[in-house]
Amino acid sequence: MPDVTWLGLTWDQLLFIFRGAGWTLVLSLLGFLGGTLVGLPLALARAKRKGGAGSWLLRHGAGAYVALVQGVPLPVIMFVVYFGVSIGGFEVPALAAAGLAMTLWSGAYLGEIWRGCIQAVPRTQWEAAECLALSPLQRFVHVILPQALRIAVPPTVGFLVQIVKNTSYSVVIGFFDLTYSAKVINNATYKPFQVFTIAALIYFAICYPMSVMSRRFEARMRRA
Amino acid sequence: MSYEFDFAFLDEYGPELLRGVWLTLGMTAASVLPGFLLGTLCAVGRLYGPPWVRRVAIVYVEAIRNTPLVIQVFWLFFGLAVLQVRIGAFPAAVLALVINVGAYTAEIMRAGFESIPKGQVEAASCLALTRSQVIWGVQLPQAVERVYPALVSQFVLMMLATSIMSQISAEELTGVAYQIQAFTFRGFEVYLVIAGIYVALAAALRLVLLGCATVAFPRRRRLGTPL
Repeated sequence: MPDVTWLGLTWDQLLFIFRGAGWTLVLSLLGFLGGTLVGLPLALARAKRKGGAGSWLLRHGAGAYVALVQGVPLPVIMFVVYFGVSIGGFEVPALAAAGLAMTLWSGAYLGEIWRGCIQAVPRTQWEAAECLALSPLQRFVHVILPQALRIAVPPTVGFLVQIVKNTSYSVVIGFFDLTYSAKVINNATYKPFQVFTIAALIYFAICYPMSVMSRRFEARMRRA
Repeated sequence: MSYEFDFAFLDEYGPELLRGVWLTLGMTAASVLPGFLLGTLCAVGRLYGPPWVRRVAIVYVEAIRNTPLVIQVFWLFFGLAVLQVRIGAFPAAVLALVINVGAYTAEIMRAGFESIPKGQVEAASCLALTRSQVIWGVQLPQAVERVYPALVSQFVLMMLATSIMSQISAEELTGVAYQIQAFTFRGFEVYLVIAGIYVALAAALRLVLLGCATVAFPRRRRLGTPL
């Protein structure tokens, strides 16, 4: 008889769930870092207002990418990436496939969020910077970016919550995260209320502080 | 890399795919209105209800918005099974979607109610309308009109989220795709097609919902302001 400890689950089973939670955090981090790498160029490409044919192509290409990704459910993106990398003859671990899928997905949303932040900086700021004879790059880096970053903090923290929650979709390709580990323990113990309540509480403990922070930042900015 | 794409499964499994599309759309259609009602009730309860109603509404919204849909679905589906309640995968999926989207809708509707100028409420009470007449007759229509684009986005996201329901054996589009790739070993092609179908469905749903708006809110249309 295993040592039943808490809510009818053994220590080993609890530990198993927490190990899954660790991988949820790893995947969230990967998703955010990758999403930043994809999202930042997307935001820049989409925020540009004028320019030649090259910039037109860039802007609409980025727009098409965002529209495409936002029209496909994340589980399907997971599957496409998972099967896509395997047809190239690569045997990749589920973490790589899930990480790549999270990157493609969060990149589109982050790009859209940050585009809004860049465009929220008043146009007169661009014009004033131009009057000071700053080069386009200087204008952006020294004048626009610092202001856009301030605007970007609340929605970015808010989106982190989405990233953490949506890593749970990696369960479809069998990545060992919190959802997967909870599912395994439920299959073994058949105590869904206990198991999934614990999993939900862990997700909540990760997400709720970020939700509160995001709201606080936003309120502070509205006062400023 | 020499991979030959093979979309031959489309002929054989076309009807299956169509059935998946119908189930996805059915799930979405069944969840939109109850989800909207639940969210609106929650928003009204949180803004104008007695303290205990407010507290319940806050706990509900925060609990749902800070946990993943998959966990909620598992909790409900496997939990009901343990309680010996057998309601089938489709009703369980719809129930989970309604509970989930209700929380998001509540926040959107709350923003809608809060955005209505105080003058509207004061004018309405000058006309001797009761409190509930003001809420349901004056504030609600304006609130819906204001946040309608956000609501549309939320329901499109909900349609996309139905793709997780194959996890509880509700064989919607993604579930059908999984079966097809298991038979044909053409996972990449199958999911590319599925992705295309979802993009089309999302665009169509958005169009239909926005179309409803031009009928429901003629004032906007006359003013020519963008929806």
